[in-house]
Amino acid sequence: MDTRIDFYPTHQHGSYKLRPGRAFPFGSTLVPGGVNFSISSGHATACTLVLFEKGAPEPFVEIPFPDAFRIGNVWCMVVFDLDYERIEYGYRMDGPWDPGAGHRFDRSKILLDPYAKAISGRTQWGKHPDWNDIYPQRARLVFEDFDWEDDRPLETPLADLVIYELHTRSFTAHPSADVKHPGTYAGIAAKIPYLKELGVNCVELMPIFEFDEFENSRANPLTGEMMFNYWGYSTVGFFAPKAGFAATGPFGMEVDELKNLIKELHRNGIEVMLDVVFNHTAEGNENGPTLSFRGIDNQTFYMLTPEGYYYNFSGCGNTLNCNSPVVRNMVLDSLRYWAAEYHIDGFRFDLASILGRAPSGAPLPNPPLLESLAFDPVLAKCKLIAEAWDAGGLYQVGSFPAYGRWAEWNGKYRDDIRRFLKGDDGMVPVMAERIQGSPDLYGWNERGPTASINFITCHDGFTLYDLFAYNDKHNEANGEQNRDGGNDNHSWNCGVEGETDDAQVNALRQRMIRNALAILLVSHGVPMLLMGDELGRSQRGNNNTYCHDNELNWLDWTLRERNGDLFHFTRKMIALRHAHPLLRTGEFFGTRRSPADIIWHGTQAWKADWSADSRALAFMLRERQAGQGGNATPVLYMAINSFWDALPFELPELPADYHWHLFANTSLPAPDDIQEPGQEIPLQENLQSFLVGGRAVVILIGRPRPQA
Amino acid sequence: MSLSTSVEMKGREAWITLAGELDAAVAGEFRQAIEQVAEQKPEKLVLFVSGLQFMASAGLRVLVFAKQQMGREVSIYVVGASGPVLNTLQMSGFDQSVYLQESYP
Repeated sequence: MDTRIDFYPTHQHGSYKLRPGRAFPFGSTLVPGGVNFSISSGHATACTLVLFEKGAPEPFVEIPFPDAFRIGNVWCMVVFDLDYERIEYGYRMDGPWDPGAGHRFDRSKILLDPYAKAISGRTQWGKHPDWNDIYPQRARLVFEDFDWEDDRPLETPLADLVIYELHTRSFTAHPSADVKHPGTYAGIAAKIPYLKELGVNCVELMPIFEFDEFENSRANPLTGEMMFNYWGYSTVGFFAPKAGFAATGPFGMEVDELKNLIKELHRNGIEVMLDVVFNHTAEGNENGPTLSFRGIDNQTFYMLTPEGYYYNFSGCGNTLNCNSPVVRNMVLDSLRYWAAEYHIDGFRFDLASILGRAPSGAPLPNPPLLESLAFDPVLAKCKLIAEAWDAGGLYQVGSFPAYGRWAEWNGKYRDDIRRFLKGDDGMVPVMAERIQGSPDLYGWNERGPTASINFITCHDGFTLYDLFAYNDKHNEANGEQNRDGGNDNHSWNCGVEGETDDAQVNALRQRMIRNALAILLVSHGVPMLLMGDELGRSQRGNNNTYCHDNELNWLDWTLRERNGDLFHFTRKMIALRHAHPLLRTGEFFGTRRSPADIIWHGTQAWKADWSADSRALAFMLRERQAGQGGNATPVLYMAINSFWDALPFELPELPADYHWHLFANTSLPAPDDIQEPGQEIPLQENLQSFLVGGRAVVILIGRPRPQA
Repeated sequence: MSLSTSVEMKGREAWITLAGELDAAVAGEFRQAIEQVAEQKPEKLVLFVSGLQFMASAGLRVLVFAKQQMGREVSIYVVGASGPVLNTLQMSGFDQSVYLQESYP
């Protein structure tokens, strides 16, 4: 291509040689001898390309797109002989300033390309930017020459995943992480052996699209410490990785560093899922900054009231107009880009219900964006997971438009397991639903248990340790007089609010944590763990740590030694899941295609107590055997006692050649609380019932007797 | 400080010695050196980089280019990388596509 003679300049601007560009793809693309720039706006009247030397305060040239270079609403131009390693680019858009009609064009602003694949300006985490920069977050050009060798997305069946939700910076920013490049993509790569040992096979990265950690940054009124937009749920660019999460960000190599991380994770059998935020942008409401979308085509990109104000279904000032055909295509282009160019295995959509709203804000019965994503050929093997609610009151757990593809963060699973564990009345029947993969929510419309992403904790809310150490949130450090964060935590402090020396309380907390992990990892559906829950990580009762770049969020790796017992409990529970296909069949128990069924018990075998004051539930999973007249082999028995005192559970009788073996009993102190899968301890002969301690769970494995 | 480049053919091996800072401004020089030796169809490309203090994205891109230009059968040796240069190679994963050595031969 380099030597083609038919790709030559036809126009000139000063010393810059130009020719009409290609409309597709949008964004900037390297072409022989130059760079193709393409950008669309439905309402702009003219467009100017603005080019900077890297980091220079003023542009070195501004090139208005000649009239002949506009096709439809797209301005496209090839500029030849650019030193593409050293330039940053932006646009000026001419058009009306008429907020009532939804237009906010402002020629004085230099605007970021919505399709920018790399963005400078925040390349070193937390480094104060030049606030007088006329173009603070600038688009850069990206090479797509990464050597993937034979890598591609792993396509692990959804039913087999154990997801680990982590924040890139939090995972290794703590000094105890002892990595060369703390808080970065490279830092995660250094901890792959840890993830492998734990046994998770998918990491879900909290937002890594470029965001501005200084958005709404302010001093903590209590401590004076700087508070950031730390989590990053506020996108600046949908195609660019967060440069400040890369050790090589200051060298402009965040793309390579992230791709290398993904390649390394894949090499170790670990998928990569991205938490993506398409519901709003970093531009806020009418008082926010004009960075990109607002100045390029406000009326197209945002949901606006009839008066031209911003709808706020996201709780963050604006709402991306996802079902406008133009924005829909941008979302699709972004996801395709991450799947194809970064080999991403799946996506979790923040406040996904917004993606099902019409430009007027009304929920759509058949949202075109969700349908497009579900049937897109590039995304065909990607996992699609919805946070099936939004901040505007739409709650769609169990009813999110799924098209046979979409899974959901099962918020009801989280709430019901919490309420059962802390001992609420009337929870036994609903527990049975949750353990089975929530057939009450997903047993229709051809959805299976893998529609349910099961979690008890996630980045929003308490950590698992705090869930059993705090009755109430303690968010004073967020500087909003403890008003922020959810109040429906369904938590229980086990008798003392916060840290205590009381050995009994601490032992109870450890038991409650293990009960939760055991239920999570045995439940049908797809389990998700929150970073550090396997180590007893605490946020000191803060259930909304979105703004803290400190120990509240950072994983303290000394917990690996201090809470090694809990780590091993979690590791062995994950190993149990991997060892037993019946725990992850992808089909509801007892349905035609299922290789397994489930039998409910209570303290009496074969007879569960579903009454409102029951706090005990047991079940047995059996493997169905084809052609044996309905015979089934018992594989696993679990007894869950959420009553405060010990209860005897009558054990179901096994076939003559089978025997129960003890895998886990959370009322025993470590290391006797759990065994390695396959090395369970045989129960004594003819044991009729098992005494399950108060607030404890027991897991037994049915195996043939060893041959005498 | 700028880049100094010297090129030498040792039989079927192309030796390139780099010193200074390999940033976007001078990556073109490095690229020319690669193109020059590529014409000789070497079996090995040996880059001596102990005098290199820094390598930006542009430098890495030239290494990727070298790999593409010469084909997979040509082995690339990077000799004497240390400090930031070594970090750059490791974090971008390029250390897996080349042989990193402290000395050569």
